[in-house]
Amino acid sequence: MTGKLNLDPAVVAEARELARRAGQPVVELARTHTTVSVERAVLRLAGLDGADEDGMPWVNRLADAVRDATGLEHGVALPVWDAMATGGYPDLRTLAVDAAGGLVKFRIPAGHEADAARETAARSVKKGISLIDAQRAERDRMLAITGDPPMPWIYLIVATGDIYEDIPQAQAAAREGADVIAVIRSTGQSLLDYVPEGPTREGYAGTYATQENFRLMRAALDDVSRELGRYVRLTNYASGLCMPEIAALAGLERLDMMLNDCMYGIIFRDINPVRTFIDQRFSRQVHARAGIVINTGEDNYLTTADAVDAAHTVVVSQLLNEYFGREAGLADWQLGLGHAFEINPEIPDSFLLELAHAQLIRELFPDAPLKYMPPTKHMTGNVFAGYLLDAFFNLCGVMTGQSILLIGMMTEGIHTPFLSDRDLALENVRYVRRAAGRLGGSFRPEPDGFVAQRARQVLGESIDLLRTIGSQGLLNAIAAGTFGVTRRPPDGGRGLDGVVERAEGYFNPASELLEVAP
Amino acid sequence: MSGSAGIVRPYGDTTGDGRVQLSFTLPVPYGDETQRARAEGAALQLAAKMGLDPAMVVHAKGMGPDFTFFIVYGRVSHLVDLSAVTVAEREFPVLPAAEVNLRIRSALGRKLVVVGACIGTDAHTVGIDAILNVKGHAGEKGLEYYREIRVVNMGAQVGVADLVARAQAEQADAVLVSQVVTQRDAHLSNTREMAAAFRAGSSRQRPLLVVGGPRFDPGAAHDLGVDKIFGRGTTPREVASYLVHALAPLADVA
Repeated sequence: MTGKLNLDPAVVAEARELARRAGQPVVELARTHTTVSVERAVLRLAGLDGADEDGMPWVNRLADAVRDATGLEHGVALPVWDAMATGGYPDLRTLAVDAAGGLVKFRIPAGHEADAARETAARSVKKGISLIDAQRAERDRMLAITGDPPMPWIYLIVATGDIYEDIPQAQAAAREGADVIAVIRSTGQSLLDYVPEGPTREGYAGTYATQENFRLMRAALDDVSRELGRYVRLTNYASGLCMPEIAALAGLERLDMMLNDCMYGIIFRDINPVRTFIDQRFSRQVHARAGIVINTGEDNYLTTADAVDAAHTVVVSQLLNEYFGREAGLADWQLGLGHAFEINPEIPDSFLLELAHAQLIRELFPDAPLKYMPPTKHMTGNVFAGYLLDAFFNLCGVMTGQSILLIGMMTEGIHTPFLSDRDLALENVRYVRRAAGRLGGSFRPEPDGFVAQRARQVLGESIDLLRTIGSQGLLNAIAAGTFGVTRRPPDGGRGLDGVVERAEGYFNPASELLEVAP
Repeated sequence: MSGSAGIVRPYGDTTGDGRVQLSFTLPVPYGDETQRARAEGAALQLAAKMGLDPAMVVHAKGMGPDFTFFIVYGRVSHLVDLSAVTVAEREFPVLPAAEVNLRIRSALGRKLVVVGACIGTDAHTVGIDAILNVKGHAGEKGLEYYREIRVVNMGAQVGVADLVARAQAEQADAVLVSQVVTQRDAHLSNTREMAAAFRAGSSRQRPLLVVGGPRFDPGAAHDLGVDKIFGRGTTPREVASYLVHALAPLADVA
């Protein structure tokens, strides 16, 4: 690492060590608990899909039936594959239908029967993991054929609510220069405790994440990737109550990046902290196996808190996301840590402060594909001023070597972007890349100048905060409102009733396969 | 100022020149020379129908095979009659925090209770948090910061029935609802549903109903069955001042 900020390596190492110490008890929590969504993800990996006539997925019906009969302390796999054997069921769907009708007697098998259930369960789940492996290989093949675009990747959002409208818009955006297409989810999906099924044509401010929607969009982007000679990546959201299941579906359908933050659901969606940390670990194990790049959500903190005062909370959260991510098996190239250009443009030296923050993060995480988010909070109805601010964002992004640039819209906060807004935004970033793409190589902040000092100050504040978190515990820190100014106690929020402590003999064939490094 | 006649026109660089600028997209191709001429002609036709005469296409750019973006300057023939402009004046003064607290203490003799939520499927708590959280918005602290206001923030995706029940349990003086999502006019139907529930709810006096969001028409309060609507850019202090105006009136100074 050729640092420009004179960061003391001992200080950086201390920050990582403090993050590890703060995160470790939470990992222990995740290792000793499971959730309804983790168990449903096991069933999905074993090939159970589809939904009943009310649209409730069979994985929910089956997991609920098992939970009512035996509890989930031993995991869903033992009772399910035991029932498959004793009932002579040909497949999981048939079992799920009977279970939903109350026709199946579940039990926790012992002895030989338990061994047999473990073996057949592992074999079924292995098939799903093999599909994920095959999709990862297919991505590599596509990248070799179509070519991988250089960084920074241009990231554009599509969100009509209708997958069949999203597809032509996504293809058009790719032709206009987008390297990454994100399909924003319908608002509220994060709080659904099931994953909707099939292609969907209506959503609120976004399109539902479903396995079929994933498949349709990936296929459409494969077409356009071949046409353009450039692999266009697809992104969705593994946040909310179904994080593990969405992660599994993303792996099965070859999504390339997934929003996956260790604390976003807690802070911004009031999902129970314990539920979130357990779900998060499993989902990241799946992403690790699938070769998916995660995107973390630190940019969100700066939309509620002040971007100068709270700059260190971004760094702290990134260090935690890095620790949790690596612990779950993600490589550094899969850690798309997030941050944002959200400092009030009215304050003096705001651009210097942005440079300091962006450069600090670049140097702290040299191998991570950092995701840089454009201004939103200080975008006003003055679209002309907004266009200028977006240009400064793009400039800061290229100067500090950010990896993934979400493209800012001058009409941010007014409406969902017009076709022309998107076109102008791409013109903006293309100009900045063309004009100043190599400026980073000549950008050397004064060793003790404003930028370098500010970066070191933020790192120092991060260490102070990590010490506080270490002494009070991460869950207590979240309860005290350390992140995003929202207080979230460990026994509050949605989804706590879906958390189960593992019993002696808990069995999860997916976890066993995923704990082993691929 | 408006001048005695009260008739004005847009100002480009000379009084009365009527010059304006606009941009728009037409679903027409901008490929070969013929297509380009047609596209610009189409843009000029639209400008003429919008009252721009003369109009000039200063920029045209094809976006993909099917669309063209235009920037047009022109002179509008329309006149603006200032005497016919109507403005909804703010019916209350914006007060400093200390005065808000003082008014509540003297008028109510207890804390003013506010229950806030995002209702329906709307998960965007940014608006309600900006008004309620201590952190506040636009340099102003949120309602939690006011000593004499007790805030209960129920967060996102709260059911109307839960909101009514909580408002009753907390003996809320006011209910604040934020609605960001507007697809299929969800913000309007959610607000009507909420207002109806509070009216049907109890024989006790219902709390003051206040909604906010970027896409509301501030003049539609009566139509939606609520007491007050706040639009884009509302600050916590404005909301606090309104609450005091409506719930903690000044004692008669006769």
